[in-house]
Amino acid sequence: MSQNKDVVEIDQVGFAYDGDLVLEDVTLTVRQGDFLGVVGPNGSGKTTLLKIILGLIHPLRGKVRVFGQPPERARHLIGYVPQHADLDSSFPISVMDVVLIGRLGKAPRLGRYRKTDRQTAEEAMQEVEIYNLRSRRFGTLSGGQKQRVLMARALVGKPDLLLLDEPTTSVDGRVEQDIYELLKKLNEKVTIILVSHDLGFISSYVKHVACVNRRLVCNPTNEITGDVIEACYSGPVHMIKHKCEL
Amino acid sequence: MFEFVEVLKSHGFMQNAVIIGLLASVACGVMGTYVVVKRIVFISGGISHTVLGGMGIAYYYGYHPIHGAVVSALVAAVVIGLVSLRYHQYEDTIIGALWAIGMAVGILFIYKTPGYSIDLMSYLFGNILMVKRESVYLLASLDALIVVLVFLFYKRFLAVCFDEEYSQLQGIGVVTTYLLLLCLIALTVVILIQVVGIILVIALLTLPAATARYYARSLVQMMILASFLGAAFTTSGLIVSYQPDLPAGATIILIAGLAYLLATVFKGLTLRFHGRRD
Repeated sequence: MSQNKDVVEIDQVGFAYDGDLVLEDVTLTVRQGDFLGVVGPNGSGKTTLLKIILGLIHPLRGKVRVFGQPPERARHLIGYVPQHADLDSSFPISVMDVVLIGRLGKAPRLGRYRKTDRQTAEEAMQEVEIYNLRSRRFGTLSGGQKQRVLMARALVGKPDLLLLDEPTTSVDGRVEQDIYELLKKLNEKVTIILVSHDLGFISSYVKHVACVNRRLVCNPTNEITGDVIEACYSGPVHMIKHKCEL
Repeated sequence: MFEFVEVLKSHGFMQNAVIIGLLASVACGVMGTYVVVKRIVFISGGISHTVLGGMGIAYYYGYHPIHGAVVSALVAAVVIGLVSLRYHQYEDTIIGALWAIGMAVGILFIYKTPGYSIDLMSYLFGNILMVKRESVYLLASLDALIVVLVFLFYKRFLAVCFDEEYSQLQGIGVVTTYLLLLCLIALTVVILIQVVGIILVIALLTLPAATARYYARSLVQMMILASFLGAAFTTSGLIVSYQPDLPAGATIILIAGLAYLLATVFKGLTLRFHGRRD
């Protein structure tokens, strides 16, 4: 895999909700094979940035290209793992049916899923080690298990780019480490962008870090020092020394 | 009970009533499931009350009220659906207004209809014993339409109800899928109005599905169980109400409400004794 192809190009992007500026003049390039951690405090615009890459919202200013195309056109190449807390845990749906939603765009428009759709879903569940949970009801799973189900749903579409929004909230340290190990393995094949408010483990697994707090405080190509992180969080942060290749 | 069976054997009106009850059960079991899991009870209430406007207008111009009901239910579904998507913040206010305006239009037209003043009460509270054989055929075809479309769009409806954002990313038309779902709910409302009337329609739409939810592990299971519960509620309501000459619609709803209450209490007790995970 060539390491030099640009997967995501964000050029001077700005966005506002009801007049409140959330992102301002953000310029960021993500290369193929990268594992980028986007960190920043709550409300800093991290999730907004993800949604712009997904084409769910459009920037007010600036330009976004994903695989050289407008984001909406590149959606079939992107796998997205949203925060599982936003999903209704009382909804009567099995793990298998949640994962199959990831095949919806490729399945027949009407009627049932094909056998190949089910096979692909089973493979994705095996990849993230939740095949044994396939008939369980989604709502009865633990936070870490739900996270893996949503990862399987993202992987079932065979993406080249994986976006994750706070994948380790509400899971304990060991599960968090398991999830990062899994992502590290997946990163051999796909480019990953991961959003987190928590610097914790992120720094020992990702290849680059971008700090967002409305503006891009530190660009992934710069060296990250304690000062830059503090500028991002506007205050001292308990930071684990990180071993990124910067 | 015995007397009910005798009437059922000999009288067409009672046969019609039982058939309508069973047709309604399928529609309310299938579509009520979506209403409950997607939490769109209020939206469905808006659609069903706006229907009185269509019925009143149809009656005034000399058409059959049920045709007016079909048209106005579909129009209301699209308008209310677009409002809920576009003006999410003001959704409840706007739907509440449409709800009342629809009813007001209906009352005005019914009031101004010349000649013999029709029984407004039978629209509002239903009169299942008065339903004609032609209506049975119309409702049966609406039922068939609902079941076929739900089969064809099952996986899309499931995806849009569970995770709208992800469905959008999959490139399926979330807006059209959602509006189609609301239109099918609108047709269900028209069927149910024949049984229990506009005021009580929401109860019949939601109670069987809400009861079934306690025991169902998937959407399909919930639909099937809710349909059987609906059939049990409507048929037993007809039997119970016949001899003491009680209004059938209200009796059906009371039975459904009682069953839901019992199921809720029972579920609460089993959770307490067996822990929270199922």
